[in-house]
Amino acid sequence: MTLHPDLQPPPLERHHAVFLLREMLRIRRFEEKCAELYSATKIRGFLHLYIGQEAVAVGAMQALDAQDAIVATYREHGHALARGISAASIMAEMYGKQEGCSRGRGGSMHLFDAATRFYGGNAIVGGGLPLAVGLALADKMQGRPHVTACFFGEGAVAEGEFHECMNLAALWRLPVLFCCENNLYAMGTALQRSESQTDLCLKAASYEIPAWPVDGMDVVACEEATQRAALAVRAGGGPYFLEFRTYRFRAHSMFDPQLYRDKQEIEEWKTRDPITTFQARLRSQGLLTDDDVQRLEEEIAAEIAHAVEFAEAGTWEPVEDLTKFVYSERKPA
Amino acid sequence: MTAERKTVRLTYREAIRQAIREALQRDPRVFLMGEDVGRYGGCFAVSKGLLEEFGPERIRDTPLSESAFVGAGIGAALGGMRPIVEIMTVNFSLLALDQIVNNAATILHMSGGQFNIPLVIRMTTGAGRQLAAQHSHSLEGWYAHIPGIKVLTPATLEDARGMLWTALQDPDPVLIFEHGGLYNMEGELPADAGAVDIDRAAVRRPGTDVSLITYGGSLGKALQAAEELAALGIQAEVVDLRTLRPLDTETILASVTRTHRAVIIDEGWRSGSLSAEISARIMEGAFYELDAPVARVCSAEVPIPYARHLEEAALPQVGTIVATVREMMGAHG
Repeated sequence: MTLHPDLQPPPLERHHAVFLLREMLRIRRFEEKCAELYSATKIRGFLHLYIGQEAVAVGAMQALDAQDAIVATYREHGHALARGISAASIMAEMYGKQEGCSRGRGGSMHLFDAATRFYGGNAIVGGGLPLAVGLALADKMQGRPHVTACFFGEGAVAEGEFHECMNLAALWRLPVLFCCENNLYAMGTALQRSESQTDLCLKAASYEIPAWPVDGMDVVACEEATQRAALAVRAGGGPYFLEFRTYRFRAHSMFDPQLYRDKQEIEEWKTRDPITTFQARLRSQGLLTDDDVQRLEEEIAAEIAHAVEFAEAGTWEPVEDLTKFVYSERKPA
Repeated sequence: MTAERKTVRLTYREAIRQAIREALQRDPRVFLMGEDVGRYGGCFAVSKGLLEEFGPERIRDTPLSESAFVGAGIGAALGGMRPIVEIMTVNFSLLALDQIVNNAATILHMSGGQFNIPLVIRMTTGAGRQLAAQHSHSLEGWYAHIPGIKVLTPATLEDARGMLWTALQDPDPVLIFEHGGLYNMEGELPADAGAVDIDRAAVRRPGTDVSLITYGGSLGKALQAAEELAALGIQAEVVDLRTLRPLDTETILASVTRTHRAVIIDEGWRSGSLSAEISARIMEGAFYELDAPVARVCSAEVPIPYARHLEEAALPQVGTIVATVREMMGAHG
């Protein structure tokens, strides 16, 4: 993970470029496996795939320190993987096993990890924003130079909590980096069918928050924009808003026949696939070879195979423990 | 040494203020935030003077954004602070229900025990001041329905002074409901009064013939009814629940086992209520001890009206409690 980025975007250097590609591929292959395991009924409940949006989580995560905090949504497998939560513990969580990162209590929508300050996995649209504001308030009050990155979809901008949080974060100049992933559809409702003002940056800017759109299909653009934003936030400039313009290639969840959008539209966006376009770019710059791609695919396949094995071998929490974690076990100090 | 403890004369409002002041002095992580807690001095003047004493960082006025500042309290608690969030009244807490029910109550469980939320939320509750339907709700029973949070209802000066510190030491979210009719209640309190337990109900008046089980704003009415009943030769025991979740079933059943009759007085509505829950627990745990069916004195099932005579008719009153007990004793005594 990059620490304290310079203002200058790093030159596209081979090692880092391959790393970015690798991270996006990990998410893509991991989720393809999840979809397969869902069909095989190994994974149940809701499963919201991130496929198509990988550049955002991977690019943005490069700007965060180990001590920064992350709040994400129910479509958070990519953020969790890019943040460094192991594929094995995420897969075990999907299986509902106690070796999962939330001990099987959360599932796909509620990945949590204290070690990486990953605060969910929040499945109420907009509900994570107040948490991010509070985490940032705690950092500011305790004089810690951390950033809280809050990921949410464009559907959240219709919620009251979005507006309350933009205002509060700006009013108190809190170190929150708002990362809005605009994939154009709130489940099945297109942005222009639900918002009178579809320019999301204008909404944030109206609260005196610096706000910029970013090409969410370009991992390097995502990384650079987030580096700049995080630097501004860390310097005490208050919150920052980035609108990542991206697209979800798969259905909203596993129960979605996608009646609300044209196949042609999906195909057009697929020509901008963040992984294939980045691969092509690296090849054209001589930064990537066929051997590299083959090696990456093999390594990632091995990691995912291990994750599935780990999840399969995982254990069910005893039913006697059902009521654990409703209240804390430790006694007050 | 049996030297008499020095006492001071103060109001319920002042007792809470002392508790908040002590918490702010003892723990640098504690801060108060809410609508008009600072410059205005608190809607009910509870926090009057605290802004001058502790400054705007620790006595934080918030915008009218209940969801954002309650959620920020949750986030700040996750980030290592010990927030006291004041919601002006329970009626406005409905605007923050998402944060209280979907986040505060669930994150410990969803995260498999990784993230606890040491947060205290205080709010005014109850009717009796001709404030009409939207400012007169008694919804503490609703909150007591939710696993993951604790619900306190201080009805005495001692509890107003002592519950807050104990709540702040609790690793999990605690809601404190202060009945609006109690703020001006005045009495003597030991000068060195401090923290009290929040686990047990209390017998406020011993008796042998009937148990009056109540809490919060109705405790005074129950005690007065017990006084009137004593003049009629009926010895009523008065149980103050103090904590609505978790309920101290043991104390309730012990009292009913002594008196063999129970009347529950609850300012909440009867249907689907806390009084129904207590009645059910008595049936489950002390059915064969009962000499008469459990009776309830609750608010009439109407939105609380403005006109004084109608509001009085809608709420539990001393006369209704006395009449209910007399009917019970007459029929079965």
